Amino acid sequence: MKYTLMVNEGPYQHQSSDTAYQFAKAALAKGHEIFRVFFYHDGVNNGSRLSVPPKDDRLVQKQWSELAQQHGIDMVICIAAAQRRGLMDASEAKRQGLDADNIAPGFRISGLGQLIEGSIESDRTIVFGD
Amino acid sequence: MATKKFMYVNRKAPYGTVYALESLEVVLIAAAFEQEVTLAFVDDGVYQIIKDQKPKAIGMKNFSPTYKALGDYDIKQLYVERESLEERGLTEDDLMELTYEDEDDDWAEKSSLSIISRAEMAELMAAQDVTFSF
Repeated sequence: MKYTLMVNEGPYQHQSSDTAYQFAKAALAKGHEIFRVFFYHDGVNNGSRLSVPPKDDRLVQKQWSELAQQHGIDMVICIAAAQRRGLMDASEAKRQGLDADNIAPGFRISGLGQLIEGSIESDRTIVFGD
Repeated sequence: MATKKFMYVNRKAPYGTVYALESLEVVLIAAAFEQEVTLAFVDDGVYQIIKDQKPKAIGMKNFSPTYKALGDYDIKQLYVERESLEERGLTEDDLMELTYEDEDDDWAEKSSLSIISRAEMAELMAAQDVTFSF
C-alpha cells in the first residue's frame, strides 16, 4: 500500500506528530511505501532544526529527519503555513532578506499542490491532527 | 492524472484557531487539480459559513467572502449537517448565500449548499476516495 500522510500539529504540543511517525515506521516495517509526508498548520514545526528538547526526551524533528534519510521519504513543509510560522530554507531566507534558516535535513518546502498530488498518487491518505 | 473524490470536512469555528482559514487555502489549491471536490460543514464548522461575520473587533481578517468565490472555482458541492445547525440554534437562513453558475443550464445561478442529515453525511463520507479533516 502506498501512503501519503498529513501532519497538522506541532511536535511536543500534541501527540499526533509522534503518532504519525510511529505509523510511518510501522508501515515501512511491514513493507508499505510512504509516498510523501506533508506538514501543515503547526505541523510545519516538525521540520525545524533548531529544536533542543531536554536530554531525556525524544527528538521529534530528528526522528523525522532520520526516517526521511534512511527510507528516502519525500517530506514536504507547506510554504504558506511555514512562512506564517517562521520556518524557512536557505533560499527563501535569502529571498526575504532574513539572516537565518531553520529547516532540518530531509525536509523540503513546497506548495499545497504536493498534498493533493500525493493523495492522487497514493492508495490512502491519512490525516494526523485535531 | 486520476480523478478522485476529495472531501474537506470542516469541523471548527472560523476564528479562534487557524484550521478553517488554512482548510480554505487547501480547497482553493485543490480546485486547480480537476478533482471532484466536496466540502462538508459539521459541528462548529457550520459557523464558518454564517452570514454577516464581523471579526474585526478581535483583530481578525474576515475571510468569509472567499467562500462566495468557491463557485467560480467550480466547487459547488457544499454539504451542511442539519443536526449541527440545530444543536447551535441555527437555521439555513443564518447561512451565507453560496452559489455557482450551472453551465448545463444556460449559466443559471444555483445554490451550492445542501442541508443534509447526519446519516446522509455519513453515507457521503463513505463514498469519498480521500477525506481531509480540519
